[in-house]
Amino acid sequence: MLTIDDLHVSVAGKAILKGLDLVVQPGEVHAIMGPNGAGKSTLAAVLAGREGYEVTAGSVRFHDADLLALAPEERAAAGVFLAFQYPVEIPGVNNTYFLRAAYNAQRKARGEPELDSVQFLRRVREKLKILSLPEDLLHRGVNSGFSGGEKKRNEIFQMAVLEPALAVLDETDSGLDIDALRQVAEGVNSLRSAQRGFVLITHYQRLLDYVVPDFVHVLADGRIVESGGPGLAGELEAHGYAWVADRKVGGAA
Amino acid sequence: MAATPQQIADRLGQRYSAGFVTDIESDVVPPGLDEDVVRLISAKKGEPDWLTQWRLQAFRHWLTLPMPEWAKLDIAPIDFQAVSYYAAPNQKNRPKSLDEVDPKLLETFDKLGVPLHERARLAGVAVDAVFDSVSVGTTFRKELAEVGVIFCSFSEAVREHPELVRKYLGTVVPHTDNFFAALNSAVFSDGSFVFIPRGVRCPMELSTYFRINARDTGQFERTLIVAEDDSQVSYLEGCTAPMRDENQLHAAVVELVALDRAQIKYSTVQNWYPGDENGVGGIYNFVTKRGACRGVRSKISWTQVETGSAITWKYPSCVLLGEESVGEFYSVALTHHRQQADTGTKMIHLGRNTRSKIVAKGISAGRGQQTYRGLVKVQPTAAGARNHTQCDSLLIGKQCGAHTFPYIEVRHPDAVVEHEATTSKISEDQLFYCRARGIGEEDAVSMIVDGFCREVFRELPMEFAVEAKRLLEVSLEGAVG
Ligand SMILES: Nc1ncnc2c1ncn2[C@@H]1O[C@H](COP(=O)(O)OP(=O)(O)OP(=O)(O)O)[C@@H](O)[C@H]1O
Ligand SMILES: [Mg+2]
Repeated sequence: MLTIDDLHVSVAGKAILKGLDLVVQPGEVHAIMGPNGAGKSTLAAVLAGREGYEVTAGSVRFHDADLLALAPEERAAAGVFLAFQYPVEIPGVNNTYFLRAAYNAQRKARGEPELDSVQFLRRVREKLKILSLPEDLLHRGVNSGFSGGEKKRNEIFQMAVLEPALAVLDETDSGLDIDALRQVAEGVNSLRSAQRGFVLITHYQRLLDYVVPDFVHVLADGRIVESGGPGLAGELEAHGYAWVADRKVGGAA
Repeated sequence: MAATPQQIADRLGQRYSAGFVTDIESDVVPPGLDEDVVRLISAKKGEPDWLTQWRLQAFRHWLTLPMPEWAKLDIAPIDFQAVSYYAAPNQKNRPKSLDEVDPKLLETFDKLGVPLHERARLAGVAVDAVFDSVSVGTTFRKELAEVGVIFCSFSEAVREHPELVRKYLGTVVPHTDNFFAALNSAVFSDGSFVFIPRGVRCPMELSTYFRINARDTGQFERTLIVAEDDSQVSYLEGCTAPMRDENQLHAAVVELVALDRAQIKYSTVQNWYPGDENGVGGIYNFVTKRGACRGVRSKISWTQVETGSAITWKYPSCVLLGEESVGEFYSVALTHHRQQADTGTKMIHLGRNTRSKIVAKGISAGRGQQTYRGLVKVQPTAAGARNHTQCDSLLIGKQCGAHTFPYIEVRHPDAVVEHEATTSKISEDQLFYCRARGIGEEDAVSMIVDGFCREVFRELPMEFAVEAKRLLEVSLEGAVG
């Protein structure tokens, strides 16, 4: 469903992604790990269509479309979801209202009928149960005054309601306590399906104990430098990223 | 491809949907202002001599005043002799009921969404419709009269209830108050009069809809609301005008009097024509609004949503005389394109334990310029006075401006006066977050703006909150991108 081919991206004139390849098929969960500053969030931002990221070479195809040609809201309507590493606060805008606006905007863009507030609330209640989120989050301003963990869970909640085809989670596990981590993992697992693809950006094996990925990739210096099965995460945790770099340097020599 | 003037006009027309002109014959007093014009206006309205004299006194005082220049507004000189001070649609006889009103006038108010006929009237809202210098009609009069509430045009109040008008007129805003108040006192045309007798809670919302139609005329309305002991009323006003290339003058005076434990809630949705993108045309809106909380535990609450006008100069204020009286000011002002607004409030604490609350939200886009100007004054008599002011500005784009001038004068050591101010921009992060969820840019902006205004919109009666939100959306069209 997602095919990234030789992607080069610069930010403020500085090359960050330098020939990244990645293919995600429906039903697959891909974990991306890698050192700080490697370009993981940059990849997520480019997939979601954030401004200020210049694609200097390469392509990204999503289903049959050129993803890079679409506006952010069009990508969302096409089924791409990004759980932000740093979710944004929008004071005064009711969380449920926001989510319904998003949901209906996507449906409208796809030519599907919009849901009225009663129908939507029913849907929200169901998802809330799965994620065991406190109900009062629904009535507060979007992320405003939420704790770090609440913000991350709110992202998963949004994902559950929006049911995207492809979900990119940027360090959604960072900063969560054990229970919250389990809830986030359950949220992801409950959405795993043969039609849906996931890209989980993470630093920790912990998440991958709960959400067992099909593939693990190491992103370093703007490229995928190593790919493997779920076992790779454990090796990384044991040896650190230097281990991958050493192996690469050895192989190239 | 360049758009034709017609296409541009069409597009503008969509943006400002109240911009049409009603083709109706009017009785217009030729431009210019002198004592004869003042006498003529008074005579046309069949006023008693005391009122004519009152007007003349105000006029003579006005002649001695210079136009105020302290506001942060850039205004081309106004030729007060080029303005016509009275315009009334021709009607054979004074219509006795709404059935006799010229259908063209009724149609105008239909188009503006304020139907006046019995079958289509807004449920639960009594409306006084003012067209240029006169009131066209007032709905639900009988129902209101049954509970003793007087709601009629100002002219009618002068005829039917002269003792009440005389008792309260000019007692909150004297003609000496300022340049525009003096001008209004000399030439005021119509407006609304509300009297809520002791102990009565007004059974419906009262509202006045002001419409400027005639060319080169000013509108100078005067509104007086008196709430006797233990009474309550919620009043709203809406305003629109056609799109014209010339600036038009609007100088209103509103006086509110709240006696013991009375509560007055006064809401405004101001959508006068704002002028075009380049600042051509639009209404000059110079308004003096003041409420006197004369009774103990009385309360006056102003809520305003100011989206229109080329120039807005307006400071709805409260004089808190009664012990434990409360004044509130909730405001959303929006300036887009070349609009300028200098607005805020004055809270004058005179009585013991008086409280006031100010929530002012300013939104600037395009080259809009906006100033919050507020005064909180605590007199030596006001032991235990409290004020809280929250003043937030939201900037959209790089060429607009927001300025804050909070004046605080405290002459009692007990007083607690708090002021908070913030200025923010709609951040790229917020916009991107919304878009990444599927919400388009314009919708995202109006959603963020709506969130910013939440605290104020909450104060408006429901239907008007919806209208206010829609107005902000329309006014902000093209503000981003
Ligand atoms: N707007 C920007 N301007 C300049 N440099 C930027 C900008 N955004 C990102 N970068 C740089 O791009 C590089 C990659 O950043 P990115 O956020 O993608 O890393 P990451 O892999 O997500 O790191 P982390 O694990 O710390 O989240 C970093 O060196 C960062 O400083
Ligand atoms: Mg990152």
